[in-house]
Amino acid sequence: MADSKARREPPLSPHLEIYKPAMTMIMSIVHRITGVALYFGTLLLSVWLVSAATSDAAFAAVHGFMTSWFGKLILFGFTWALLHHALGGIRHFIWDTGRGYGAEQRSFLAHATLAGSVGLTVLVWVIAFVTR
Amino acid sequence: MDTSSSMKTPLKRVRGLGSARSGTDHFWKQRLTALANVPLVIVMIAIVIALVGKDAAAAKAVLSHPVVAIPMVLFFVSVMVHMRIGMQVIVEDYVHEEGPKVLLLALNAFFSIAVGLAGIFAILKLSFGA
Repeated sequence: MADSKARREPPLSPHLEIYKPAMTMIMSIVHRITGVALYFGTLLLSVWLVSAATSDAAFAAVHGFMTSWFGKLILFGFTWALLHHALGGIRHFIWDTGRGYGAEQRSFLAHATLAGSVGLTVLVWVIAFVTR
Repeated sequence: MDTSSSMKTPLKRVRGLGSARSGTDHFWKQRLTALANVPLVIVMIAIVIALVGKDAAAAKAVLSHPVVAIPMVLFFVSVMVHMRIGMQVIVEDYVHEEGPKVLLLALNAFFSIAVGLAGIFAILKLSFGA
């Protein structure tokens, strides 16, 4: 090779940022982001259970935080992340069977994941408020 | 793994194992736990909803009931495996320097196992009393 002395960098595919964002792309990264959120959210669940196993005062402290407006905001986000990641996972199961790869199907699944997760989150919170 | 002095052919080395040397182990475990998580998450949400507005004594009575405690333990086992693999994939995707990567993979293992076992311990303590 004539230019072997100055080693050339191998060509790379165009960076993600040059593409116009598509719903499928957004749902892909949101699946990962909600996964990370749930990773740390699970800590919250453990802290809550450990507090219940420790003392009534510890449980009351955690309960107080969870039922504050900030705690509720976190729990609402937790609920949405959980349901969105679950529906995203079901979408992956559909793909694992070899189905759902058509352009229209991919777009439908991406939109359905978002609509389903938002709808189910509201439903869960309505049930929680009605039955408390 | 020293590949230069190995008698194995390159094909033999990668066949069935891939670059991570663990084959489809993670792929399979991630889907197995994902499948388990679907019903476990539904049960988990139902349990949390049932506890809304309950005081400590009532909450403990619910959490220590076998019908509640058993799925919760299963939930933590499945989630612990699932979240560890998921975070490992993310680390491997974005962290390419060997030192930080190994450190983060170790922290990932510690965090996942600690969070999971803490949750399981708490459920068992509530169930068995004392």
